[in-house]
Amino acid sequence: MKSVEPAHAAPPAREQAPPVTDVKPARPARPGRRNRDWLHGLLMSTPAVAGLIAFVGIPFCYAVVLSVHNVRLGSPLEPTFFGLEQYRRLFTDPDMSGPFLRSLLNNLTFAVVVVPVQTGLALGLAILLNRKLKAIGVFRSLFFMPVVFPMALVAVIWRLILARSDQGMLNSALDAVSFGNWGAFDWLGDSATAMASIIVLSIWQGVGFQMVILLAGLQQIPGELYEAAELDRAGRWQQFRHVTLPGIRGTLVFVVMLTSVLSFRVFDQVYVLVKGGGLNEDATRTVMYQAVTTAFDQNNVGQAAAITVVFFLIVVALTLIQRRVVRPDNED
Amino acid sequence: MSTPTGLTRTPLRRFLDYAVLSVLAFVFALPVLYLFMGSLKPSDEVLNGLSGFLPTHLSFDNYANVLSSLNSDSTGYFWRFMGISLLLAFVVVTGGLFVNSMAAYGLSRLKWRGRNAVFTLILLLMLVPFESVAVPLFYMFNDQRNTLFIQALPFIANAFSVYQFHTFFRSIPPSIEEAARLDGAGPWRTFFAIIVPMSKPAFASVAILTFLTQWGSFLWPVLMVSDPSVRPLPLEMSVFQAQLPPDWGQILAFGVLLVLPVLIVFAFFQRWFVQGVASSAVKG
Repeated sequence: MKSVEPAHAAPPAREQAPPVTDVKPARPARPGRRNRDWLHGLLMSTPAVAGLIAFVGIPFCYAVVLSVHNVRLGSPLEPTFFGLEQYRRLFTDPDMSGPFLRSLLNNLTFAVVVVPVQTGLALGLAILLNRKLKAIGVFRSLFFMPVVFPMALVAVIWRLILARSDQGMLNSALDAVSFGNWGAFDWLGDSATAMASIIVLSIWQGVGFQMVILLAGLQQIPGELYEAAELDRAGRWQQFRHVTLPGIRGTLVFVVMLTSVLSFRVFDQVYVLVKGGGLNEDATRTVMYQAVTTAFDQNNVGQAAAITVVFFLIVVALTLIQRRVVRPDNED
Repeated sequence: MSTPTGLTRTPLRRFLDYAVLSVLAFVFALPVLYLFMGSLKPSDEVLNGLSGFLPTHLSFDNYANVLSSLNSDSTGYFWRFMGISLLLAFVVVTGGLFVNSMAAYGLSRLKWRGRNAVFTLILLLMLVPFESVAVPLFYMFNDQRNTLFIQALPFIANAFSVYQFHTFFRSIPPSIEEAARLDGAGPWRTFFAIIVPMSKPAFASVAILTFLTQWGSFLWPVLMVSDPSVRPLPLEMSVFQAQLPPDWGQILAFGVLLVLPVLIVFAFFQRWFVQGVASSAVKG
């Protein structure tokens, strides 16, 4: 592709190539080239667009189709049309709606805690790190480092830290601090703390990413604004409220949006810990976890597809709501 | 000393800044420290209370044991898992850079009817998280399970990468392309010979983001791969850590081997990565 196209486009353009000093002849060259721009533009975007349609667009439509059918993996029976039965079961059939509604609730809990806490923490870190101190780069890298850790590994590290035996890292630390009054506690297995554990390890892994984005936002605030504020005798809190926050508003909105969408997609850490680490399954199953186990362990593809569709609707609604609510300055 | 916050810094304040940062950094780094320390200790000393941090009895035995225990047809070959992950990352990153940057250029710098419609389509597809197409994809390609190509192909075209390139290309002054065109370069030559070389930061940041995502990729392999001979590293990690009884020293050594390639890439390209993530986010 690459070698053929310029050969078509080049000769006419070359014939008309004007001397650099002369501006006028450039004009007639344009319409001729522009006429072909559609071809080149189309050819250039075709591979990516084709890939996206094949692996995102079509599967997404297919999810809708599968969700109104009774499809079972490895079953000799042909898929049959099922109407909205899968959705009805998800929300009202006691056998199936139990785990599913629980997974929705778990997802919601996760997002409600992670979005504000992680964003707040990231903002605090970004402000702390937005200083001209020696070795500040080392600190920035340190806080960013967990971001490059694959979730499958993060889950394993924290499986050890939160281990239920009295030799687990957290348990023995608490034991030392409380002079032996705090015994072994099963952080991952106890339904009261299982989700909290997932939240902590997720924030630990993800906060550096948000921090870097916020740091960039902070660095775009002109220093003079702070100097002016200081001349007006604004305290640190007032500077934060009236200079910092307005200055990074757009960035903050972006970070909140990103975090809430990502927090609905949580899967890896739950899966790894449930399968290998004695994680309380009921207290931590998320919507994606539910979809995967339904498709994979129960071979119920139709119902998994219905979960997928619901999941997608939630994520899109979330994105759209936030665009509306937090960005009024973009509306005319 | 001028400071970005404009506050005057006394030596005491500076000391406090360092103190706060150091404490936070220490707490933050503990899990990583635990990983590296534990990987060098005998297994029975890893899960051993706070002494898990103490540098006693350090050796590389765990690493040797991982490599030797994952060295047969029945247990799989460690270097094979690593090789598969590297190969997949290479294909997805280079293929993605090529395909997505080209599309972004065609959509942002060439004027043609319908380009806005195509770009809107891409923005819409950007809303679709991979998770919500995983199940139908899994069903569609069920007969391709345990192949290498199905592990890479769905991730080459990436709407978010197109968007990132699009944002970057829009900031290039049009005069550069006009000059190139006056010299007789067509759109393809202009793109490959002029735009690509001057867009290194965009390529670097997209490459690193793609590499990170691909290296940690888990959901898709869980669905599609059961055969150890095509299994990527993170999936094998989860299989390895679930074995009973767990051998903690070896599990942590495995973890270090899993994260080491990313840490190396990160160390080299850190600045570009941070710049790239930040600039696309602030503009977007």
